[in-house]
Amino acid sequence: MNPAALLETRNLCKNFGALEVAREVDFRLERGARHALIGPNGAGKTTIVNLLTGVLQPSRGRVLLEGEDVTALAPAKRVKRGIARTFQINQLFRGLSALENVCIAVAERLGAGGSMLRPAGRRADVIAEAWRLIEMLKLAADAGRRVAELPYGRQRLVEIAIALGLSPRVLLLDEPAAGIPSAESHILLDAIATLPQDIGVLIVEHDMDLVFRFARRITVMVSGAIFAEGTPAEIAANRDVRAVYLGSALDG
Amino acid sequence: MVLFIVSVGLSVTMGLMGFVNLAHGGFAMLGGYAIVLSMRHWGLPFLAALALGFAAVAAISVVLERLLYARLYRGSELDQVLFTIGLVFVMIAAVTLGFGPETQLVMLPDWLRGQTDLGFIRYRTYSIAIIVFGVALMLALWLGFERTRIGARIRAAVDNQRMAESMGVNVRRLFTLTFAVGSGLAAVGAGLGAEILGLDPQYPLRYLAYFLIVVAVGGLGRVTGVFYAALLIGVLDFVLKFHFPKGGTMFIYALTLVLLLARPQGLFGKKGA
Amino acid sequence: MSAIEQLATRHRLRWWEALPWVAALAVFFLFPNHLAFGTQLLIAIVFALSLDLVLGYAGIVTLGHAAFFGAGAYTVGMLAQHAGWNEPLSGLVAAALVAGAIGLASGLVLLRTHGLTLLMLTLCTMALLEESANMAHHYTGGFDGMPGLAFKPLLGVFPFDVLYFRPQYLYVLVVLLGCFVLARALIYSSFGQSLTGIRENILRMHAVGAPVRARLVIVYAISAAIAGVAGGLFTQANAYVNLSTLGLERSAGVLIMLILGGYGRLYGAFVGAIAYMVLEHFLARAYPTAWQLGVGLMLILVALYARNGILGLVKK
Repeated sequence: MNPAALLETRNLCKNFGALEVAREVDFRLERGARHALIGPNGAGKTTIVNLLTGVLQPSRGRVLLEGEDVTALAPAKRVKRGIARTFQINQLFRGLSALENVCIAVAERLGAGGSMLRPAGRRADVIAEAWRLIEMLKLAADAGRRVAELPYGRQRLVEIAIALGLSPRVLLLDEPAAGIPSAESHILLDAIATLPQDIGVLIVEHDMDLVFRFARRITVMVSGAIFAEGTPAEIAANRDVRAVYLGSALDG
Repeated sequence: MVLFIVSVGLSVTMGLMGFVNLAHGGFAMLGGYAIVLSMRHWGLPFLAALALGFAAVAAISVVLERLLYARLYRGSELDQVLFTIGLVFVMIAAVTLGFGPETQLVMLPDWLRGQTDLGFIRYRTYSIAIIVFGVALMLALWLGFERTRIGARIRAAVDNQRMAESMGVNVRRLFTLTFAVGSGLAAVGAGLGAEILGLDPQYPLRYLAYFLIVVAVGGLGRVTGVFYAALLIGVLDFVLKFHFPKGGTMFIYALTLVLLLARPQGLFGKKGA
Repeated sequence: MSAIEQLATRHRLRWWEALPWVAALAVFFLFPNHLAFGTQLLIAIVFALSLDLVLGYAGIVTLGHAAFFGAGAYTVGMLAQHAGWNEPLSGLVAAALVAGAIGLASGLVLLRTHGLTLLMLTLCTMALLEESANMAHHYTGGFDGMPGLAFKPLLGVFPFDVLYFRPQYLYVLVVLLGCFVLARALIYSSFGQSLTGIRENILRMHAVGAPVRARLVIVYAISAAIAGVAGGLFTQANAYVNLSTLGLERSAGVLIMLILGGYGRLYGAFVGAIAYMVLEHFLARAYPTAWQLGVGLMLILVALYARNGILGLVKK
């Protein structure tokens, strides 16, 4: 009997009318996983993330977190259970500073978000933790600036800081490196490297360089279904995968 | 029925452009004034006056849309509400300044006066004419939406603006066109209904709630929805005012409340709008 | 100032925050013949403040906030008229409780929707209350309202003066101060910060695990209670209540005040209410149509150019 995976889907299906965007997906994310989800555009990768986080409800099938069925839980509840995500397109509080963005996330995690009595500025615990994340993602210089004024790559890092601020058990990153200049992409990997080892991390990515540096396991999706799964070496050597997706990206 | 004619334009505008146009009643009022006054001062025959009202308001709305409304398409709801409320105030003030605050006298043409014998019931010719016009309009619009290419484009744009754009539909021009037609229809509605609903500077605000209710209940962008909703509201209002002169309006508000809570997209709207 | 310092000290009182209160006191001594108007002005500020919580910070667009103003106003009026309960301070508490309860109930139900539907529903709720008040004329005086109410002296010592409004002015000022302190604390708290988050990006708030709807309902109820206090003050200060406390005109009026001053900026309510009421006082009497035209034009301009009101322009 398999030990319960950290996060898993059983026979997950989603269709919009006649359009099937997820077909019988049985996916497992283990504890401590460094897992990448790749595939051509429209393969359904973001859909899976949306299904895992509760933004979408499946047409059939279940989502389980450490063995518990969470399929009916709303997104906010799932975050409280430990699932955090970043969005493909930044979802930030654009009018607020980078530091404030992270503070809001940390405050929610610490249960301080509903507190009406103390000024937010006096919550040293929230601010200290948020600052730690800001420094970890090398955003210290921009911490006080409004997010809307930051270059897109920096905004992306704020997006990641928010997810990290939630201290999740499961971290789902949807194309985290998109928009980050390649010279700075190591910041992202370094930040992930500091995470506790038993957290499961799933990255949806197109940047193969990043994928092969990061992942210990890769799942390939095509047209809403899982196409192949295995270690990076296995995937790289898989002829069908090369034909369908990787193509010349790996040669040379 | 009059409610339908005036409100249908609002429904499509809000459904298509996602724009909260509280000034719709204002356009109706302007048209009503144009119609009634052109009949009174220039002696235009009724139908010609209606046509004039339609054209005039449509033209004004095109100008306003291009110059002002277009800026706020991407704006927040609040901005749209503010802008259109401001616009209504300006319209009301302008009309009051120009024509005074009293209700305008409407003189129906001879062929609409009196009663017609339908065989089983004698009814006011005027009311019959309005009903006939309303039904004809609904049919025309329905045909227009469902059968013509333009109608298909409008429907596509209502359902999914970006996809429609990528398929080559010129959404901007479509907006202007629908806005113009919607406002023009509102004008005609006001002119036709002037005898029943009255025509004075307070017209847009007094009936604003009704227009919005009809549109919200009927579902945005659905011509048939607005038709049934207007019918429902109109009849209910009439019956209730008759039997419960004190509580009539209240019932309508309560009903709307319950309805919108149960089905936020209106009786006929699409889910997940 | 570093980013951390900025955040940690944002809630501290600035020296100029004392100015409005000093000015208000100055008015008391310098313009003793205009205190009736001054009292109306202060009441409007309380009302606008309540709307700012909901609109400026939580981002809920409502045209029905007068429902709570009227609820508070009529609560005080009916208690005084029918139950012989005319002690001012406890009357205000009652007004706050009733309005807050209505806010809680309607918020729980209405805040499941958003956008146009929500706007419509707030309108409907207010219209329902208005019609009820109209119909229950046995209790509410119907269309004519309840004129000539009498209230016990404040704290047993200061009787209200319907001619010169001296005690009313100070009374309302103190209550305003209390409401302001409450609102300010709320806004600078973590709760207030989360409201800003909800207003800025509701999807993200869900994605950080915030109980969004619960927060919205809470702020809606608190705002309703404060609006109710404003309504109660209205009845007490003016010794009458009528249907004008409900209805679109009052809701639109307070919305315009807040927009004019700048919403989401705590003091926008002050600036906007003062600007609007002063202008109205001088213009609307003389040239009502021109006033309407002016307000309309101003709204159009604000919507197109000056989204953040007077305070926003000043900041630039």
